Amino acid sequence: MTLMKSLLGAAAAVALTAGAALAEPALIFDLGGKFDKSFNEAAHNGASRWAEETGGSYREIEMQSEAQREQALRRFAEAGSNPIITMGFAMADPLSAVASDYPDTTFVVIDVTWLDAPNVRQVGFAEHEGSYLVGMMAAMASETGTVGFVGGMDVPLIRHFGCGYAQGAKAVNPDINVVANMTGTTPAAWNDPVKGSELTKAQISQGADVVYAAAGGTGVGVLQTAADEGILSIGVDSNQNHLHPGKVLTSMLKRVDVAVYDAMSAGDSVETGVFTMGLAEEGVGVAMDDNNAALVSDDMKAAVDKARQDIIDGNIAVVSYYENDSCPALQF
Amino acid sequence: MEFFVTLIQVLDSTVRLATPLLLACLAGLYSERAGIFDIGLEGKMLMAAFFSAAVAAVTGSVWLGLLAGIASSLVLSALHGLASITFRGNQLISGVAINFLASGLTVLIAQSWFKQGGRTPSLFGGGRFEPIEFPFVDAISGVPFIGPIYSELLSGHSILVYVAFLLVPATWWILFRTRFGLRLRAVGENPAAVDTAGVSVVGLRFAAVAICGVLCGIAGAYLATALQAGFVKEMTAGRGFIALAALIFAKWRPWHAMGACLLFGLLQAVALRFQNIDLGGVVIPVQVMDALPYILTVVILAGFVGKAIPPRAGGEPYVKER
Repeated sequence: MTLMKSLLGAAAAVALTAGAALAEPALIFDLGGKFDKSFNEAAHNGASRWAEETGGSYREIEMQSEAQREQALRRFAEAGSNPIITMGFAMADPLSAVASDYPDTTFVVIDVTWLDAPNVRQVGFAEHEGSYLVGMMAAMASETGTVGFVGGMDVPLIRHFGCGYAQGAKAVNPDINVVANMTGTTPAAWNDPVKGSELTKAQISQGADVVYAAAGGTGVGVLQTAADEGILSIGVDSNQNHLHPGKVLTSMLKRVDVAVYDAMSAGDSVETGVFTMGLAEEGVGVAMDDNNAALVSDDMKAAVDKARQDIIDGNIAVVSYYENDSCPALQF
Repeated sequence: MEFFVTLIQVLDSTVRLATPLLLACLAGLYSERAGIFDIGLEGKMLMAAFFSAAVAAVTGSVWLGLLAGIASSLVLSALHGLASITFRGNQLISGVAINFLASGLTVLIAQSWFKQGGRTPSLFGGGRFEPIEFPFVDAISGVPFIGPIYSELLSGHSILVYVAFLLVPATWWILFRTRFGLRLRAVGENPAAVDTAGVSVVGLRFAAVAICGVLCGIAGAYLATALQAGFVKEMTAGRGFIALAALIFAKWRPWHAMGACLLFGLLQAVALRFQNIDLGGVVIPVQVMDALPYILTVVILAGFVGKAIPPRAGGEPYVKER
């Protein structure tokens, strides 16, 4: 009997350790979907890079509706996935409800920095710093003195983008006119390229000749219309310069792929807490490649490099929209 | 003068935004006048948007794309007809099912076909409907008032826009001046009387549902190959439902449908052009403009401004004998 008990105990222990060793990371994409050419696709790229380099495998799911968030978190946690990486600010509430129920599981959340949970790694990006740089480039490329901003869903995060952009544009040209529009107030605003096109046309008619899209799938329509109408556009999150070579001025890179890759590489021992990836950590930046080489002048490059260094050194302070929910350079 | 230029631009945007609504609204008009409620307009448009973009991307011909879009929308129409006419199922449930089916199938097929994450490759050249320039545009554009109206507002849309607006008088003529139209309206009011006269109720209803499919197909193709250059998942973004609202707002009449769609298009265009409208101290937020189509429809449905009475036999399957 005792032998039996110890045997069973040993077997259970082996099973447990095996389970722990096999714990694979899980990745939960937001509503935009895995291939949004933007935010979620960056996460996908980081995860596939990890899988290729290590030969590991991971589980993943794309959210289809708001109601699935908590369910997906719980299912992955019950199945023993560790760490569980989630994308987007909308995961904040489900995560704060779920995280405490699974203290042994580490959760990683991108774009959320305000949760009070010991087992959550919260990664935020200094989008306003990267947007500041592309705002400078937009103002330098603009001939009309008017630049545009098309946001997706009207949430503080997107205002945060727009605010940095306006500050950068105004740093180059204090008289510049920044036209800012939001696509909508529901998640459908992330996937409405038709509305993105119309907003771009409306901004062009107001004189804009560079338009920055921070709008997920809606941005596809913005970049398309900008290319059709012969003005410049600026992509976001992933490098979107290749979508319309020679017509996309640059892209504001948000290295979600690096954040996801790092988290997966660290595995279940990933450090928890709040992390912000800014220009210094190369968490954000501007995309320079062959597709936009002809559009970026040496002056532009020099100015951007200087500003980047100044922001890192603290000589330029880019005001964050989050500080007091308002923007000094732009009225929404 | 500045105001006039802005006005022309907003109206131009109105025409572009109203076109898919108008096509879908007329589609619903045929179907519902024949007694078949169709909340699957959204799904059919989405399916047509995908197949038109996919075929246009593969073949490089936008016309083949349009045909494919219409064909795919017709398949869904046939499904709706089969469920709600032949098998006398609940028309609303069938419509909801079509919306879900289209939403899932488009992304699934797109992913396994193009591997670009539920979207089609970008269309270029012959894969898109190009804007049509009217003759003498350059000569007239300098003329005050008439010039901008002619060259900006009337000229420069894709052919599907003109088709959509020509379909309004055509629909009126078919429904109110032809024998087919009379029968189609009758079958939505009193199918038993039509049956007594020796005309096939099932045949008429299938014809109406098929016309609905063709029009939804054109609407979807317009979204994906004229307004946009490719398909993105869920790109219809609720336009099928706004079209339904417009249909109720128009009380199931073709000319009024055009008015309703233009009004809803105008509301969208204004919301896009001006984020917050400042009316002497009172600021109207953009969300109010976005919600207005639905609010207006509810007002109409509640009977404050006339009464919207749907076709009497709408929503009820016809049973010949028990």
